Amino acid sequence: MKKLSFSNAMLWFGMVFLYVPMLIMIIYSFNGSKLVTVWGVFSVKWYGELFDDQQLLDSVFISLKIAFFSAFTAVFLGTLTAFVMTRFKASFGKFTLSTMVTAPLVMPEVITGLSLMLLFVAMSDMLGWPAERGVLTIWIAHSTFCAAYVAVVVSTRLRELDRSIEEAALDLGATPFKTFIFITLPMISPSLIAGWFLSFSLSLDDLVIASFVSGPGATTLPMTVFSSVRLGVSPKINALAAIMIMTVSLLALLFWYLSRRKEKRERMIQVS
Amino acid sequence: MGPEWKMNPLNNSQIDIEEEITQEAAPKMLLEIKGVCKKFGDVKAVDDVSLTINKGEIFSLLGGSGSGKSTLLRILAGFEIPTEGEIFLDGVDITNMEPYKRPINMMFQSYALFPHMTVEQNIEFGLKQDKMAKVERTKIVAEMLKLVHMEAFAKRKPDQLSGGQRQRVALARSLAKKPKLLLLDEPMGALDKQLRTQMQLEVVEIIERVGVTCVMVTHDQEEAMTMSNRIAIMKNGNIVQTGSPTDIYESPKTRDIAQFIGSVNLFESEIIADEVDHVIVKVENISQQFYIGQGVTTSAEDKRVWLAIRPEKMVIRREKPDLKYNWIEGIVDDIAYLGGLSIYYIKIENEQIIQCTLSNRRRRYEPPTWGDNIFITWEATAGVVLRL
Repeated sequence: MKKLSFSNAMLWFGMVFLYVPMLIMIIYSFNGSKLVTVWGVFSVKWYGELFDDQQLLDSVFISLKIAFFSAFTAVFLGTLTAFVMTRFKASFGKFTLSTMVTAPLVMPEVITGLSLMLLFVAMSDMLGWPAERGVLTIWIAHSTFCAAYVAVVVSTRLRELDRSIEEAALDLGATPFKTFIFITLPMISPSLIAGWFLSFSLSLDDLVIASFVSGPGATTLPMTVFSSVRLGVSPKINALAAIMIMTVSLLALLFWYLSRRKEKRERMIQVS
Repeated sequence: MGPEWKMNPLNNSQIDIEEEITQEAAPKMLLEIKGVCKKFGDVKAVDDVSLTINKGEIFSLLGGSGSGKSTLLRILAGFEIPTEGEIFLDGVDITNMEPYKRPINMMFQSYALFPHMTVEQNIEFGLKQDKMAKVERTKIVAEMLKLVHMEAFAKRKPDQLSGGQRQRVALARSLAKKPKLLLLDEPMGALDKQLRTQMQLEVVEIIERVGVTCVMVTHDQEEAMTMSNRIAIMKNGNIVQTGSPTDIYESPKTRDIAQFIGSVNLFESEIIADEVDHVIVKVENISQQFYIGQGVTTSAEDKRVWLAIRPEKMVIRREKPDLKYNWIEGIVDDIAYLGGLSIYYIKIENEQIIQCTLSNRRRRYEPPTWGDNIFITWEATAGVVLRL
């Protein structure tokens, strides 16, 4: 057997550190015992109970819905911001925007959440809108803080983009708008997709901000999980997490397979 | 890419050269630049440039970095708006026209091909913007692909092409809309030296076949001289001299231009005799006087001038010449053997080291070597007198 080098050892240590907790959780999702931490017999009963728990399923659905729409809104707003940050001439407005946009990244979530809650309360008092806090307010809150992340991701890409490619499009007769749609957007699409997934997972993950801006009607998954922890974690949560991990892994595998196939095909063209 | 396309261009260019001669008989002005200035803050990138460029001409803007040549090209493309001055293309004022409305296309230094589009789609892009019918677009794209010999690569993406192929695509894309003016930004900048020489001739051949007027920017004097009919030398935002490659090489206006284009030996000298048909100058610490077979145009009071002689116009010989003027004795200080020719660095009487090229016509012979005592001579017409 090959000698275990330091870098190899570190690799394995890292892998264990990252993936063993997940593996343990998946194993425990098949635990027949009622106690989360004590192994009983192998059973899939928690999966069954999971699908009977309407409240939990509702919160999963709400979370997914919010994450999905927040991601789109964030990508839209973030891309516009990034475009202003990288393509506009230096001005007071641009300077303010590009320095302030990173604020949500460094601001403690508690403060962001609290300030947003105060805003929504004040708005409903003065304008009567939003009438009550719920899915809508969480969506708005998530869109804004995710937009900051998208702006950072997309602006990096825009900055390293060869400006002469956009100039070439203008030179060939495309208006600035057409250039943006047909040239700039396709070129930054990888970062848009990355920004979308980042926003999606940030929104799905968020507990603090959602707790502040949510109302009685809307309970997201992290809120449900967190509140159930106080009563002792139900093994149902393990089952739910196992499903989510497997879904994500499958998606990642699919993407990897598709991109490898595309690469192979392109190499074939090159050879021929 | 078989050998047959390499043959054809030669025949075609022969025809085109003839055509051009007839065109040159009555040159028609296409582009007129009138007193254009461009300031970036306090820095004047382009300072009061006026130029006219004729139809069918290949015109080079030659200069070092920061000379303002690229800014001038970007002004022509419409990416920069001049602070002062006007630009007319075919009689139309285009000074403030948006880049996407100008009948001018540009080939970028980095080629700027659209990475997510195939070769075909790249070429088609400009035509699509004109709302041209699909049938016609396909026809022009095929025509362009044939022009640059890239038919076999139509479906490829830019990252699947070599440097030379990318350049061909970029050229085809900028020619597809049949622009009135073609701009080339450092056209060979991204290619290696071998490919560069080949592409220079090929690009010129294509441009001449299409018959488009062309303005190019380069810092490479060899490239400018190979490719263009006329060259403008830029320095600090100004055009310091305009002329044919021969004019600029053989009759530079100033010492700077003489040094910028090729190598040159400069002698700080004093005019002894200034006649209508000749000048005699004396260089400090050199025994022989130098005879220049042409009068000096300006009759300035200042007797101090620079005498510029190109290295290839000087002849090395071992025997002492029986001449009154135009020779110096020296010792070989260093030799740079370049294969086709050797550059001799010769230390002369006044301790100055001058360059002298010797073409190696025979395979094996014994040329002067290090430390040899030799004599340099040149003809009366070899030197150019430049004012200080």
